[in-house]
Amino acid sequence: MTELAVKIREKLNIVVVGHVDHGKSTLIGRLLFDTNSLSSGAIEKVKKISAQNGKPFEYAYLLDAFEEEQKQGITIDTTNINFSTEKRDYVIIDAPGHKEFLKNMISGASSAEAALLMIDANEGIQEQSRRHGYILSLLGIKKVFVIVNKMDLIGYSEAVYNDIMRNFNKFLSNLNIYPIEYIPVSAFNGENITIRSDNLAWYKGVTVIEALDLIQKDPEAEDKPLRFSIQDVYKFDTRRIIAGRIEAGTLKVGDEITISPSGKTTKVKTIENWPHEHDKNYVSAGMSVGITVEDEFFNKRGEVISHNHNKPQKSNLFNANIFWMGKNPLVKGKTYKLKLTTQEVECEVFSINRVIDSSNLTAAEDFTAVNRNEVAEVTIKTREVVCFDEFAEYRGTGRFVIVEDYNVSGGGIVLKTDDTLKNRILEPKSKSLKPRTRLVTREQKEKKLGQKAKVIWLTGLTGCGKNEIAVKLEKKLFELGKTLCYLDSANLRFSISSDLEFNESGVYEQTRRIAEIANQFMNNGIITIVTSISRYKKARESAKEIIGTDDYLEFHIEVTEAVLKKRWDSSQECYYEKSDYPVRSMYIDDPNFNADEKVDLIMESIKDILQ
Amino acid sequence: MDHLEAIEAQSIYILREAYKHFGKLGMLWSIGKDSTVMLWLAQKAFFGHCPFPLIHVDTSYKIPEMIEFRDKLIKELNLNLIVHQNKEALEQGMNPKKGRLVCCEHLKTKPLQEVVKKFGFEGLILGVRRDEEGSRSKERFFSERDSESNWDYTDQPPELWDQFKTDFKKGNHIRIHPLLQWREIDIWKYIQRENIPVVDLYFAKNGKRYRSLGCYPCTFPIDSNVTDVEGIVEELQHTTQAERSGRAQDQEDAYAMQKLRSKGYM
Ligand SMILES: Nc1nc2c(ncn2[C@@H]2O[C@H](COP(=O)(O)OP(=O)(O)O)[C@@H](O)[C@H]2O)c(=O)[nH]1
Repeated sequence: MTELAVKIREKLNIVVVGHVDHGKSTLIGRLLFDTNSLSSGAIEKVKKISAQNGKPFEYAYLLDAFEEEQKQGITIDTTNINFSTEKRDYVIIDAPGHKEFLKNMISGASSAEAALLMIDANEGIQEQSRRHGYILSLLGIKKVFVIVNKMDLIGYSEAVYNDIMRNFNKFLSNLNIYPIEYIPVSAFNGENITIRSDNLAWYKGVTVIEALDLIQKDPEAEDKPLRFSIQDVYKFDTRRIIAGRIEAGTLKVGDEITISPSGKTTKVKTIENWPHEHDKNYVSAGMSVGITVEDEFFNKRGEVISHNHNKPQKSNLFNANIFWMGKNPLVKGKTYKLKLTTQEVECEVFSINRVIDSSNLTAAEDFTAVNRNEVAEVTIKTREVVCFDEFAEYRGTGRFVIVEDYNVSGGGIVLKTDDTLKNRILEPKSKSLKPRTRLVTREQKEKKLGQKAKVIWLTGLTGCGKNEIAVKLEKKLFELGKTLCYLDSANLRFSISSDLEFNESGVYEQTRRIAEIANQFMNNGIITIVTSISRYKKARESAKEIIGTDDYLEFHIEVTEAVLKKRWDSSQECYYEKSDYPVRSMYIDDPNFNADEKVDLIMESIKDILQ
Repeated sequence: MDHLEAIEAQSIYILREAYKHFGKLGMLWSIGKDSTVMLWLAQKAFFGHCPFPLIHVDTSYKIPEMIEFRDKLIKELNLNLIVHQNKEALEQGMNPKKGRLVCCEHLKTKPLQEVVKKFGFEGLILGVRRDEEGSRSKERFFSERDSESNWDYTDQPPELWDQFKTDFKKGNHIRIHPLLQWREIDIWKYIQRENIPVVDLYFAKNGKRYRSLGCYPCTFPIDSNVTDVEGIVEELQHTTQAERSGRAQDQEDAYAMQKLRSKGYM
């Protein structure tokens, strides 16, 4: 094949940001000029346009293509400029510096891996210098060089440069941005762009061009657990192909996979390709692929495929940092559309937890709306459950946009969510609640405690022996050093549920309360043992839904009526409605059964959560 | 993944997004290298199929080899092709001597508008690239046009993280640009890597070859002796000529392309 013969140079996208007039376009123009990257006649054309518009020569005319931009001397929308060094090719994104065009700056910067942030040494740090710094941190761009420009206007003063560096570092470190270097330059004169300048002899660091070549490209997210979001399902011929992009991880033929949020599992049958000589049986992060699976149940766009042991989070509520670019303010309670990977759902802002004036990082007072160009931490509630991850861990599945009136109007990144608010949440009576962004996750707690938290739900009629088994199970786990909680339904009837009747609706409510409490403990990393009759199938199903299919382990202690009569009050009702999903059952056929044996059976079936 | 694989993956993603969201979708097909690569990408995206029609706006001034190549490929791949011309303007003798920009407007922009209206297209896939010229460098991947195909380039909505504009007012349409981030060199390296057949006009005959294809009165070949794809890749690495310098309409006015494109030109 000729495939390998084609030499592909590395390409890196870099955005240039900063306050208006701090010299972004001049820097780029100068870079192009000094690296001979301009097409012939470009400089002449710029001279002509400058003359036509009655303006002195400006490098900016090389980039600002629109008539409006050149006549008014401002950049309205981003431009992409290609140039190369020996090492690799670059796409430089010139982003507008006016506050008014922040949405265009964000559009440009969102595709960049690294950034040059320009500061005019003469004017110092300005509103957009800070705001752009903030946006870079939200977009997850960590590779930043600060270019201190127009050094010629301040007599090449090292003191001014140091001052800017000190002050700006103070600001950026709050955002977790640590610039690789502050480079003093005069963009217009071409000092420290490609060649060093005697005027700046005190500076021993890299020039702009050297800085660019130093940047390391982000690795693809191949080493992360698999995230493959379904884009579409095709049936153009006999194949039923699930198409989509691998956001993280790798996938190969034969892999066992889970499809979230439904939780269905199957195996990868084939990886499809066109033309066929390109067939592969292994695909990885970044690729747009198509697969077929062993079990052809209904799949749809928006579902996320992962391996069985590491699934995305799913919930209808999460906290996020957002930046708002809409014409109208973002308000609480209004319905918007949320797009996260290929999922599209209706959503609302449940609470505004913090509004930040991004130009100085102070918290604003108003918690009812987020205005255009503002940044906020909010809690988002979606109409249906969505699958996502924390942005810090997964880029692709950790970010989303909000659409209002046909247009993308906001962007956001998902923060660490409170584990106890996962899966499914109910509507509280007050609108003033604000779910906190937690700093410690369930996973971290589990690691510390050396266990996997689950709810072990023992059901069965009164007298079946579930509590006898449970207390021994608790002791056994305790002796193994596990951290536990034991919830006995009967005990709760003396306390939290003393208000409930002993009728059907009372039983449903009791089951719900136990499940919610168990859910809290489990999501704090604690193995939780529940004993509850739970004779109604629907009640157990709702417990399973509250706790989550993966974390709910149901054990049914089955007992014959004859044995039961010997062990307990013979007048009780023996009705028990069985589950129609797989449940681990234990049979008690001897009134004096050995509970230790039953505990061993349970221990055997939960051994994978104990290591 | 190398750079070519990365842009290929993104283009496929874009084509699939377009196909998912727009019931009435068509792909503008100019027969040139970019369109040819785009058709290839569509077949990759849809596993050997092209599930939407191709549209060719025929000015009647196209270089004859282009039309030959078009018809051959359509037959071979069994594709659905819509050819549209502004017959009225042609009958009235429209040609570049009446002004190149006037001619472009009547023979390209106008019939394109008509096709959109006639078939009710909601989405139109075009092979424009950011590195071609200034106004294209400012394009979005999904870019809205109003009912008269006008482009409001001064107030484009944000576009980030591959979340595209798929909501729009009825009567408007979306221009989809899967090749926006490709550079000319990428196109040729991809043609080389994937072994994609292209029209012969790109290869030199008698010391001349076309670098960009259009209508014969307004398109001029460059001096070159290059007769294969490898040669083109090599040649491009050393040129300082702009790709579209052989396209006369671009040179009419400093803002020619911006003016044409704001009214719906490709
Ligand atoms: N003295 C001086 N002026 C500069 C320098 N860099 C840019 N300028 C001028 O500052 C003004 C704004 O520059 P421009 O590149 O358009 O800024 P942008 O808005 O950030 O793109 C222009 O008039 C430039 O000529 C520099 O290093 N020294």
